[in-house]
Amino acid sequence: MAEAHPVGFQWVMEAKLRGAKIIHVDPRFTRTSALAHTFVPLRAGTDIAFLGGIINYVLQNELDFREYVVAYTNAASIVSDEYTDPDELDGLFSGFDPETRTYSPESWQYAQQEHEGDTRQDMHEQRETSSAQQFGSHGASVSSALRDDTLQDPNCVYQILKRHFSRYTPEMVEQVCGVSPEAFREVCEAWTQNSGRERTTALCYSVGWTQHSVGAQYIRTAAILQLLLGNIGRTGGGIMALRGHASIQGSTDIPTLFDLLPGYLPMPSASKHPDFQTYVDSIRKPGAKGFWDNSKAYTVNLLKAYWGEKATAENDFCFDYMPKLTGDHGTYRTVLDMIDGKVKGYFLFGQNPAVGSAHGRAQRLGMANLDWLVVRDLVEIESASFWRNSPEIATGEIVPEECRTEVFLFPAASHVEKEGTFTQTQRMLQWREKALDPKGDCRSELWFLYHLGRLLRERLAGSARERDRPLLDLVWDYVPPEHQHEPWGEPSAEKVLMEINGYEIATGRPLSSFTEMKEDGSTLGGCWIYTGVFKDGVNQAARRKPASEQSWVAPEWGWAWPANRRTLYNRASADPDGKPWSERKAYVWWDEAAGEWTGHDVPDFEKTKPPSYRAPDGARGVAALAGDDAFIMNGDGKGALYVPQGLIDGPLPTHYEPVESPFRNALYAQQGNPTRKDYPRPDNPINPSFPDEAEQVAVFPYVFTTSRLTEHHTSGAMSRYLEYLSELQPEMFVEVSPALAQERGLEHMGWCHVITSRSAVEGRVLVTERLIPLRVEGRVVHQVWLPYHWGAGGMVTGDSANDLFGITLDPNVLIQESKVGTCDVRPGRRPTGPALREYIAGYLQRAGLDTGRRTPILTTGTAGSHTDGREADEGAQP
Amino acid sequence: MIGKTSLFGPVNPARDAGYDDPPARKGFFTDTSICIGCKACEVACKEWNEVPDNGFDMLGMSYDNTGSLNANSWRHVAFVEQPARPTAPPVDLGMPTLLHDGVADDGQQTTVAGEDRPDFRWLMSSDVCKHCTHAACLDVCPTGSLFRTEFGTVVVQDDICNGCGYCVPACPYGVIERRERPEAAKNVGIAQKCTLCYDRLGAGMTPACAQACPTQSIQFGDVDELRERAKQRVEALQAGGVTDARLYGADPEDGVGGAGAFFLLLDEPEVYGLPPDPVVTTRDLPHMYQRAVVAAGALLLGAVLSFLERRS
Repeated sequence: MAEAHPVGFQWVMEAKLRGAKIIHVDPRFTRTSALAHTFVPLRAGTDIAFLGGIINYVLQNELDFREYVVAYTNAASIVSDEYTDPDELDGLFSGFDPETRTYSPESWQYAQQEHEGDTRQDMHEQRETSSAQQFGSHGASVSSALRDDTLQDPNCVYQILKRHFSRYTPEMVEQVCGVSPEAFREVCEAWTQNSGRERTTALCYSVGWTQHSVGAQYIRTAAILQLLLGNIGRTGGGIMALRGHASIQGSTDIPTLFDLLPGYLPMPSASKHPDFQTYVDSIRKPGAKGFWDNSKAYTVNLLKAYWGEKATAENDFCFDYMPKLTGDHGTYRTVLDMIDGKVKGYFLFGQNPAVGSAHGRAQRLGMANLDWLVVRDLVEIESASFWRNSPEIATGEIVPEECRTEVFLFPAASHVEKEGTFTQTQRMLQWREKALDPKGDCRSELWFLYHLGRLLRERLAGSARERDRPLLDLVWDYVPPEHQHEPWGEPSAEKVLMEINGYEIATGRPLSSFTEMKEDGSTLGGCWIYTGVFKDGVNQAARRKPASEQSWVAPEWGWAWPANRRTLYNRASADPDGKPWSERKAYVWWDEAAGEWTGHDVPDFEKTKPPSYRAPDGARGVAALAGDDAFIMNGDGKGALYVPQGLIDGPLPTHYEPVESPFRNALYAQQGNPTRKDYPRPDNPINPSFPDEAEQVAVFPYVFTTSRLTEHHTSGAMSRYLEYLSELQPEMFVEVSPALAQERGLEHMGWCHVITSRSAVEGRVLVTERLIPLRVEGRVVHQVWLPYHWGAGGMVTGDSANDLFGITLDPNVLIQESKVGTCDVRPGRRPTGPALREYIAGYLQRAGLDTGRRTPILTTGTAGSHTDGREADEGAQP
Repeated sequence: MIGKTSLFGPVNPARDAGYDDPPARKGFFTDTSICIGCKACEVACKEWNEVPDNGFDMLGMSYDNTGSLNANSWRHVAFVEQPARPTAPPVDLGMPTLLHDGVADDGQQTTVAGEDRPDFRWLMSSDVCKHCTHAACLDVCPTGSLFRTEFGTVVVQDDICNGCGYCVPACPYGVIERRERPEAAKNVGIAQKCTLCYDRLGAGMTPACAQACPTQSIQFGDVDELRERAKQRVEALQAGGVTDARLYGADPEDGVGGAGAFFLLLDEPEVYGLPPDPVVTTRDLPHMYQRAVVAAGALLLGAVLSFLERRS
């Protein structure tokens, strides 16, 4: 956190000053470790085993916050007796189909619950479209479930959890993660002793955590632990995602993702959503509890924001204008399609995939096979110059004279040269003033997209073709009156924010809450969760009242969605009767005299619904939420320890080895995530792992991981072009432990190169004791660390660490596994030119990958024996 | 003129320099125990003061690629990777390791986590000009380019400095230096160092480095108040078991009469590259002057006597 989020880390230091104990768990000793009380190194890619061990410690010693767990989580819910745990199935859950590598989740449901959820076909489609991530905010669509509040029923979630994690003993943690029992115990004790009525523990992770083939389940493991200890919805608790950019939260709220619409509404599917009603019902799940029941209003308001007067109840508010998903349109699928010549054009807005994305060579080869490429950035980044300056020029794979891609490089205005909002990780929108005009032709994204849309509409004006209607009927009026006489006037970001907030169409009155959104088309709003940011016609995101002039929750600094609520699910900060769990941790509570919820924050509950409220039979939606259903967005009102539906790879997190690992899974016969998304093609080789032959696995004997340095920002586009940042970390380097340096003959400050089946990258050797060999499964494993900031452009250049990774994705959200892999390390510089590809070919041959053979994904039934390799059989063998 | 305490011992430097009613002395208290090594201070300093880059050389000194305070680096964050002092026998890393198929399989000679590896430390510290109570650079400056400000700080006037370089060896910390590169930079050949953002101070602002520091490791304020704060902080740390915590440069009785920029360190100063007992290089000037006067007087007397004797 200190490395990648130095400004946010000030609050950790503040907490430390006030007596908080800081524990840092990381493969290597970083600036964060230097300031923590305790540093626990672990093997990259084993976090579920580590956290699972803590969960086991909590459950075996009954250290969970029992009243919280019974009242607010689904611990007491009874699960179908058809459910079978990976314990009994070699690491697979019940319902697995080896042919499609997908689950049929029927057996995961709550007992005696009529199945109304997903089927296997759904699971396959969800993996294609990563639509499971929509459930991240929707929760399970389950309604009532049988309960056992004593938590003794063998089929209740609590007992299932206890059995599931019973394998995750301290000895197993030591075996798998390389964490000593003493260090592990210290973490367990600190975490549990600092949780409960009087105390809370916060878990912070940086988003490298999500970049694993089991990334979503990493977060799930954290959620289970924090729910068991009563650390969700309470001050000082929570799970903090430290995002990679200033407004990554904003880019999922108003998404730049192919499968989401604003406010976490799903992108409609061509096959599943033939009409508006089907689409709306697929979100609100008729009969389920919670606020998703109003999703028709949210969708209508969005469609009204898009198409204004043209969107009417009669034409389903132009639902048919919406583009529909037909499959996997994710970024990696798209890049591979570019290589295959299926994609003609590509827009890059402030993104530098030539350096920043996994498998850099595939990224560059893909971009070199387009008709056109539009790059908007502050400088000519590598993704704009790849056709004349990239590793593939040297190898001859891209020839500048022959590269067919026409690159349009547009200079972009920086964040100080345009107005708008950032939405940070607390879901807080902060308005940004324009400090100065952009230089020359530099312009904002808003300007670019507005005028691009304007020009397209002008070109299509008068068209009678039906397919042009969605574009021509769009409301496209963001330039304020004072600039409308200018042909290239700057649109108003506040006007856009007002549309996002929403207003009453007849009067123009801004909506103050999404509860004011109507289903009849009389209101519009572009993102229901943002409604209220322009409450009373005031840009609430621009508020900057100093901390000293308001309460410690600081509700008048910026604006947080939803409804300016700073902590989500804060109903859980009070006990079931509505009283604070303790004086010390009082946050939101029920005021009996006033008959309403009150406290330091905006209560995340219906204001006047008493704790004693119980829904009448047949109630649905919000009315079905009981007075102690604190998790109001979930279909059962409970925090999900166990997820009966919505996840593709199982209802509970399970330790699987990284796709590339020198070790066998010590917990189960199943080696890696069986449902992971892979792209088996010759240009995407994956290093051998079990059940491949040991000699093949040993071709890449070391574990490597990558991350950021404080001095640079991601692909370096905003730092390698600045002298004051470049001089602070001027060269690509590779961190190794003294022991590995000795083993491979590496000299401090000499050169070395790191090799995988994709490429080799070189850097200067930094021998440091901050990297510590670990003992895993009885063997010493060396971990290698690389920063990923360098590329061919800028003041300081170097090889790109992301060239080392292949493409394998988490099945739920299609995020790549780019924080762990296996590699070899050799002294000296790497070969250049065509010799580089020959060098890699030699490794492919030694690893047995030159024949197109791929490591089998399913490894159950292989206990104790190695099977022969398997030909690529996923139907994509070119 | 030069009083006895002007070159040594505790004084108010601004008053000593002739300001009748100076504002409170300003300075930095750098608490290295909360420095996270982000180098924001280095960058903010350069941005505000238009200090040029210092070249793009990787130094291999942990994450320190600045190296030292110099004409082009007025803030310098040191990174010290420190194996814990040997509480256990030293770990033998000198023997070759047995390999099987490239996989280390020794377990005997390689230190792994949890084995013989007590609290490794990574110390970080942002260094800066000390703005000494008795500043030798200022004392030796023949042009008056270096001067004492009303805030008690020491500042170079670029347009007066003639680049003689007397100040460079005079500084007991090796802070001040003449700028040699880049060729196109301003003030090449001129002595350069931290001004404690004299221009910002004049406008009632905080120096750029302290403003940028995210953890308040660099604290700016009145020296008297900072010294009190530093004393409390070091006591709190020691009470909390950090027995190595100590102040550096906060004592008005030390060799420079106390620094305007002082530090809380977690180890010996030498560990951070700081001199353990710096003494203003002009401390002995009065003494030397007196001796020289006596010697000159004796010579003169001898000469006079010899003439007198010859006469007689």
